[in-house]
Amino acid sequence: MNEDLTALAYLISAICFILALRGLSSPDTARRGNLIGIAGMVIAIGTTLASPGVLSYTWIAIGILIGGAIGTIIALKIQMTALPQLVAAFHSLVGLAAVFVASAALFAPDAYGIGSVGEIKTASLIEMSIGTAIGAITFTGSIVAFAKLQGLVSGTPLVFSGQHTLNALLGVSAVGLVFWFSTTESYVAYWALVVLALALGFLIILPIGGADMPVVVSMLNSYSGWAACGIGFTLGNTLLIITGALVGSSGAILSYIMCKGMNRSFLSVILGGFGGEESSTTAHVVTDQSVRRGSAEDAAFIMKNGGKVIIVPGYGMAVAQAQHAVREMADALKAEGVDVSYAIHPVAGRMPGHMNVLLAEANVPYDEVFELEEINHEFTTADVAYVIGANDVTNPAAKTDSSSPIFGMPILDVEKARTVLFVKRSMGAGYAGVENELFFRDNTMMLFGDAKKMTEEIIQSLD
Amino acid sequence: MNSDKIIESAHKAAETSSDGTLMLLVAVFILAIFVGYYVVWNVTPALHSPLMSVTNAISSVIIVGALVAAGPLDLNLSKIFGFVAVILASINIFGGFLVSQRMLQMYKKKG
Repeated sequence: MNEDLTALAYLISAICFILALRGLSSPDTARRGNLIGIAGMVIAIGTTLASPGVLSYTWIAIGILIGGAIGTIIALKIQMTALPQLVAAFHSLVGLAAVFVASAALFAPDAYGIGSVGEIKTASLIEMSIGTAIGAITFTGSIVAFAKLQGLVSGTPLVFSGQHTLNALLGVSAVGLVFWFSTTESYVAYWALVVLALALGFLIILPIGGADMPVVVSMLNSYSGWAACGIGFTLGNTLLIITGALVGSSGAILSYIMCKGMNRSFLSVILGGFGGEESSTTAHVVTDQSVRRGSAEDAAFIMKNGGKVIIVPGYGMAVAQAQHAVREMADALKAEGVDVSYAIHPVAGRMPGHMNVLLAEANVPYDEVFELEEINHEFTTADVAYVIGANDVTNPAAKTDSSSPIFGMPILDVEKARTVLFVKRSMGAGYAGVENELFFRDNTMMLFGDAKKMTEEIIQSLD
Repeated sequence: MNSDKIIESAHKAAETSSDGTLMLLVAVFILAIFVGYYVVWNVTPALHSPLMSVTNAISSVIIVGALVAAGPLDLNLSKIFGFVAVILASINIFGGFLVSQRMLQMYKKKG
């Protein structure tokens, strides 16, 4: 295939990727968009295989078969609750692949037309070292994020003194190594840079707490894009640059949205130290006189006789695997003529849009699910707000108490509903460790118990 | 289409620059960021999870570089690196697109 044709095919492939993202503007067009994305990938791979440099196909076929089989099995088996760690694991692979491609280019520069061994163009060396460094940071950073999300290591932020100084030192050393490598093409400098970037990836993500994981996953998404960009510059490949830039900006926007959802500055997330692991899951009920406790029957009665119920799901609902029960409850209520909708906080899950996927999996129609800005004014006219597995995102302290760690965070105004039903295991504080004053309000009824069991009992009482 | 404009502008940018290739690539890069910015802000928040898995899948287009490394006839270090990268990127491509499709199949309308 000649050069112009190759460039044209890569351009078509890049357009396919843009259309794939464009399709995600609505669930109706998203599936088609995904198929266009697949087509773009097939074009890209086919074009490269037809290029004159590729002569032997055995290893390539074996590689694609092995990788394809692993990827397919994982994608079909993964539970939707485990989606955030899957995405983190996938990001780590992009990062590692970037390191390997950059290394391959270093040892066989002639294959990519960027010079010959010992005489690679300086610009290419700079691009190569930046690409490999971002790739290595993405790799180890994503592994830490994966381990935290999977519960392999504690989500508690790991903070030690001198941490930021150490990171800054490593960062400066990395810049020094990039300079050394690009002026001498020294392999020592290259591998030192790889090792240093790997260490940096670990150190950047370790101090970040479990509550900030949605930001971290988005941020690593962005990094994996920039890593692809770096490789694209090294190889002079516009398709890689365009795709990397799309992914990089997408991840950056998602990070921004997540930060805004928690009212946290990006910098403070990166510096870390916020948000410990969830409070202990033992069903420990603190008796407090001013809390009004209710039973499943009470809840069923109140909701059945209300005209409008808004369900506010949080990650706790997903942990209890209660989403199917919640949908059944909504169906039963709808059969009674009650208007049911769902209110989703931007950081309701462990990654952007996670709660929407979990509800979709439980067959909740997406046109009953609303984002915070869309539905927040509706609470004033709602009879019941059914809060299940959520806490901090409903806490009015975010609006009133300037000393609260969650002050300024946008919250769902559930307290404006006539009755607030809180399904909770215990009186324990939320993720951010803040007491929720809503529990003690007159129009609040606490439903203590497991989210799934409680919802199932309500369904029984509705019959 | 946006991309046509990108390339067009990129060519113009390259013509006016002294170091043609690098500036062309930089122009493509910057314009692609703009395209990404506007396209991604249009993505509905309900689909942010599929957005992440789709972007993850397409960022594995890095396989293009891996294929070139794994392609030559004789076996050397570079070919082994390429081979490993092909495996890693393939996991992502198949896994990313499939899990996105699985997610998107779940989004249903009322009724």
